[in-house]
Amino acid sequence: MSTLGYALTDTSTMLRRQLKHMQRYPSLTVMLIGMPVVFLLLFVFVFGGTLGDGLGGMTGGRDAYLAYVTPGMLMITIAGVVQGTAIGVAMDMTQGIIDRFRTMSIARVSVLTGHVLGSMIQSFLGIAVVLGVAVALGFRPEADALDWLGLVGVIALISFGLIWLTVALGITAKSVESASNSPMFLMILPFLGSAFVPTDSMPTALQYFADYQPFTPFIEVTRSLLAGTAVEGKDLALTVAWSLALALLGYVVAKKNFNKR
Amino acid sequence: MTTTKPLAIEARNLTKSYGDKVVLAGIDIAVPEGTVYSLLGPNGAGKTTTVQILSTLIQAGGGEAFVGGHHVTRDADEVRSAIGVTGQFAAVDTLLTGRENLQLMGRLHHLGKQETKRRTEELLERFDLVDAAKQTPATYSGGMKRRLDIAMCLMGNPRIIFLDEPTTGLDPRSRRTMWAIIRELVKGGTTIFLTTQYLEEADELADRIAVLDGGKLVAEGTPEQLKRMIPGGHISLRLHRADQVERAAQVLAASGSDIDQLTVQVPSDGSVDSLRKVLDTLDREGVEVEELTIHTPDLDDVFLSLTGQTTTAA
Ligand SMILES: Nc1ncnc2c1ncn2[C@@H]1O[C@H](COP(=O)(O)OP(=O)(O)OP(=O)(O)O)[C@@H](O)[C@H]1O
Ligand SMILES: [Mg+2]
Repeated sequence: MSTLGYALTDTSTMLRRQLKHMQRYPSLTVMLIGMPVVFLLLFVFVFGGTLGDGLGGMTGGRDAYLAYVTPGMLMITIAGVVQGTAIGVAMDMTQGIIDRFRTMSIARVSVLTGHVLGSMIQSFLGIAVVLGVAVALGFRPEADALDWLGLVGVIALISFGLIWLTVALGITAKSVESASNSPMFLMILPFLGSAFVPTDSMPTALQYFADYQPFTPFIEVTRSLLAGTAVEGKDLALTVAWSLALALLGYVVAKKNFNKR
Repeated sequence: MTTTKPLAIEARNLTKSYGDKVVLAGIDIAVPEGTVYSLLGPNGAGKTTTVQILSTLIQAGGGEAFVGGHHVTRDADEVRSAIGVTGQFAAVDTLLTGRENLQLMGRLHHLGKQETKRRTEELLERFDLVDAAKQTPATYSGGMKRRLDIAMCLMGNPRIIFLDEPTTGLDPRSRRTMWAIIRELVKGGTTIFLTTQYLEEADELADRIAVLDGGKLVAEGTPEQLKRMIPGGHISLRLHRADQVERAAQVLAASGSDIDQLTVQVPSDGSVDSLRKVLDTLDREGVEVEELTIHTPDLDDVFLSLTGQTTTAA
């Protein structure tokens, strides 16, 4: 078999390992997915009435806010999942088996790609659950088949970028605790973007930051796709650029540090 | 170095430092194929560091090392496919069951489904882990974890095996089981690089022993050669009569004698030659020997004297 062939086989082996870990300790996955659900309920029922009126749409109120906040919640979901990635990677690196992997003739990167694919599955699982809850609360996406396809692609791309970033955070972390703290900023970023309120309601400097940080384009593309409206070229370009840049950065840093340890 | 067999492991002037701390100060290792080489040394001597360098886990600061004929850094991947490593601390996946751990190894060695399954069950059986196969190592005893660790290392049928203190923390029974496993592997032609703090273990298993202390090899040789290296070995003779004791002490240049006990001590390295010489001399003098005992210094004496530790440390 070719080197690439082995790399793929080893990756699927490591993914199986990852899935077994998740299966054996489902509490982490449940917590990672449960948190955005709680957030969604909180924002819709506690803040939704008032914030919805503030959106200035035709209907306003809770229903309008549900439609507005759901795409943001999906990104919060991903941000939560990748926090789990960093913890998982950091924890894994403390396991003795990693040293065994290092002395074996395997595609080394498969240890990391196993984590990446495992988190990818968690991410889609989380998105499905949160979207399901939103629909149960009355959210009605207007997306057509092509929009859904686009949505899957965009979610995969964004998850990919953020997951590789947090693999790097997990691997460079001095301890499991610091690995669980360092991706915290990813949870804050949606708040400093268009997740909960439109950015044009923010002070100019903040608005500028909000419009170009990764989460606003992520959220805007997702929002357009779910609403069945045209995706803005600039948002799409920023989404692709940010995702690939984060993935590349994460990959390079993670790989270097994995080999170095 | 001229050996008849090709070398499975060869290291020349290996060095390693962490910051200012010199851990290995230039060591040479040569292990012929199919033999057991034991690296013996006290805590902090650099045993684990040596294993880590030879098993491609870390890079040496200087010098060169070849394992299975491949350079450990330039051809790390070839080295990795020839070796199996059981480190000082259990390298098992604590979230997977014993069986799943072995299956994971089988898949990573690309053994194929059938072969993975067959070898997994075979190794579970051989290492007495069948009953524990469905449990995660969290519930295992230290000895069981070690056995699983070694079983995992064997999954890929390595030609060269590194065992870093494989019996530390095992009870005498488990230790003997481990020795039997190692002997069996050697019988099958596997080369073993073993580190240990137990001299008895090196004596039992190794073809050659190297004593590592403070990052330097302070002695190297067969267990017997090492034992002869330090003075203190003697032959103790018990004779029939007091006059014979005096006579024997004279002709043998005895190091001590006891007229009341009728004993004579003669310095000796414990070799057959020296023994024969003593008996021949006594024969010529017509002195009959009632009882003879040889005191070879055991490896503990060697170890303690070579590593400059006080006997109280034993
Ligand atoms: N990563 C590291 N950074 C700094 N010093 C290290 C590192 N690894 C090992 N050392 C030092 O190198 C020396 C040798 O360590 P090593 O683990 O090789 O000893 P050892 O012979 O295996 O000891 P033991 O019998 O306790 O296992 C020790 O003094 C240790 O403190
Ligand atoms: Mg050690």
